[in-house]
Amino acid sequence: MANLFAFAETRGGELRKVALEAVTVARQLADASGGGEVHAMIAGASGVSRHAAALGAHGADLVLVVEHAGLAQYNPEAVAATVAERVKAGGYRAAVFSASAQGIDLAPRVAAKLGVGLASDVVAAEVRGDAVVVRHPVNTGKVIATVTVPSTPALLSLRPGAIAPVQAAKAGRAESVAPAADPAASRVVVKEVRQGSAGKLDLAEAPVIVSGGRGLKAKENFKLVEELADAFGNAAVGATRAVTDDGWRPHSDQIGQTGRVVSPNLYVAVGISGAIQHLAGMRTSKTIVAINKDKDAPIFKVADYGIVGDVFEVVPALTAAVREAKRHG
Amino acid sequence: MKIAVCIKRVPDMEARFRIAADGVSVDEAGLKFAMSDFDEWAVEAALQLKEKQGSGEVVVVSLGPDSVQETIRKALAMGADRGVQLKADRIPFDGLAIARALAAELQGGGYDLIFFGKVAVDSSNGVTGPMVAELLGLPCVTAVAKLDVANGRGTAERALEGAVEVLEFPLPAVLTVDQGLVAQARYPALKGIMAAKKKPLEVKPAQLGEARVAVTKMELPPERAAGRIIGEGAGAVPELVRLLQQEAKVL
Repeated sequence: MANLFAFAETRGGELRKVALEAVTVARQLADASGGGEVHAMIAGASGVSRHAAALGAHGADLVLVVEHAGLAQYNPEAVAATVAERVKAGGYRAAVFSASAQGIDLAPRVAAKLGVGLASDVVAAEVRGDAVVVRHPVNTGKVIATVTVPSTPALLSLRPGAIAPVQAAKAGRAESVAPAADPAASRVVVKEVRQGSAGKLDLAEAPVIVSGGRGLKAKENFKLVEELADAFGNAAVGATRAVTDDGWRPHSDQIGQTGRVVSPNLYVAVGISGAIQHLAGMRTSKTIVAINKDKDAPIFKVADYGIVGDVFEVVPALTAAVREAKRHG
Repeated sequence: MKIAVCIKRVPDMEARFRIAADGVSVDEAGLKFAMSDFDEWAVEAALQLKEKQGSGEVVVVSLGPDSVQETIRKALAMGADRGVQLKADRIPFDGLAIARALAAELQGGGYDLIFFGKVAVDSSNGVTGPMVAELLGLPCVTAVAKLDVANGRGTAERALEGAVEVLEFPLPAVLTVDQGLVAQARYPALKGIMAAKKKPLEVKPAQLGEARVAVTKMELPPERAAGRIIGEGAGAVPELVRLLQQEAKVL
């Protein structure tokens, strides 16, 4: 029997969905290795302890609350030091992080501090004997690696959105933990977090993604993509590298080999030719729809359903039809 | 300003990959190789900083067998001043093993900045940079998309999901480079390629750490079932909606 550690990510004091993913995986690994406890650590300014209930609802027996004014923003050095100290002292079988923007910063620091293995960007995890065994897409998702982490603790970071949070009611009793390093002494300081459009659904969390490429011809025409996303109601907007390089959309919206990798239930590619670069970022989507005026565009090879046509005619028609379907459904 | 850039030789990602006979690696026969995309941007960022400062040195370091010398020469052709190959039979999968070797080389080098690409496009781990920073006890900012350096301090921006994080840090520091930090990596001109042949490229044995994670299998993902073009123009929309509702059940 072994205990598992999970890091519960917050931003501006709010719990992020990836926190629940980490707790869920920790819970599943604990249950698979004799039913140990899950300890979830959460760090932030005063009041962040209120999330203990949500963490408990997803399987955390114990919630380690690190509350300090200096942790109102992510504080890489103080958080890494605190996590490492607790993971070392706690004798955990494994420690689960997200491979989110914050997680890719935090997890490797902790692994190096502890001198242990970190399997990152994991899409599936299980216990096999003494080791934690995970699956990790490599070579832009063209190959899947099975990676074994025999060390104790084994560190994993989860690809955001790859493993859905599962409710598993546990006590979620809160325990206060002091930061292991003075947050004010950190050399790297987050000065500000500039939020994008309020309420925008993140690409890793959206069940539907509507994505636009060069076929839209001009920055202003992305409005078509936004309106279609709006019609779905639960959609995020993505973009290709071509249009983010041209400044039509922010780089953080880019889906592709060097951008975000997504796996929504539905991916609608509007005016996207389907370059390898882009496919690398979305080819694991459950259903792919492509709209392009070129019937030979490579995107049609991966699309489940394709419409050959002018995006300026097809997309507004689809938007209206989706709104109608949603009204009746 | 003295800047080090750690670069990795990776297969060209346009290839159709096959699994090697050992079942734990990709068959390299017929593959083309290049510098990992993010590492090219890191080299470019270092060169731009050096040019902006007016003086300095850019050193590129790469771990692996002699074939990585080609990748180092590419960086030298872009304008880096000298290269170091940390020689190893193969490039380990585990970032910590690589990080130990890099840290041993970089320690005491007096670098103001050490650049990495955010993630290598083959192994896709994205851990080596921050691990090296930790081993060297240096401040680190990952996934830098915007950077200003002046008077021994830096300001960086990094992309969060739907937001931008602004950070400040002192030099010396380790930075990992994300898409968008530079517009694009420069193509080496013929003059640069010729000059690169004469620039120093030192070969030393890599002091690899023990690997703490291991690849026990590599396999190709299942092929997607073939899709179909269901029609042309706006007229195909009703059928698409029907299929999304009834067949795909996503609407």
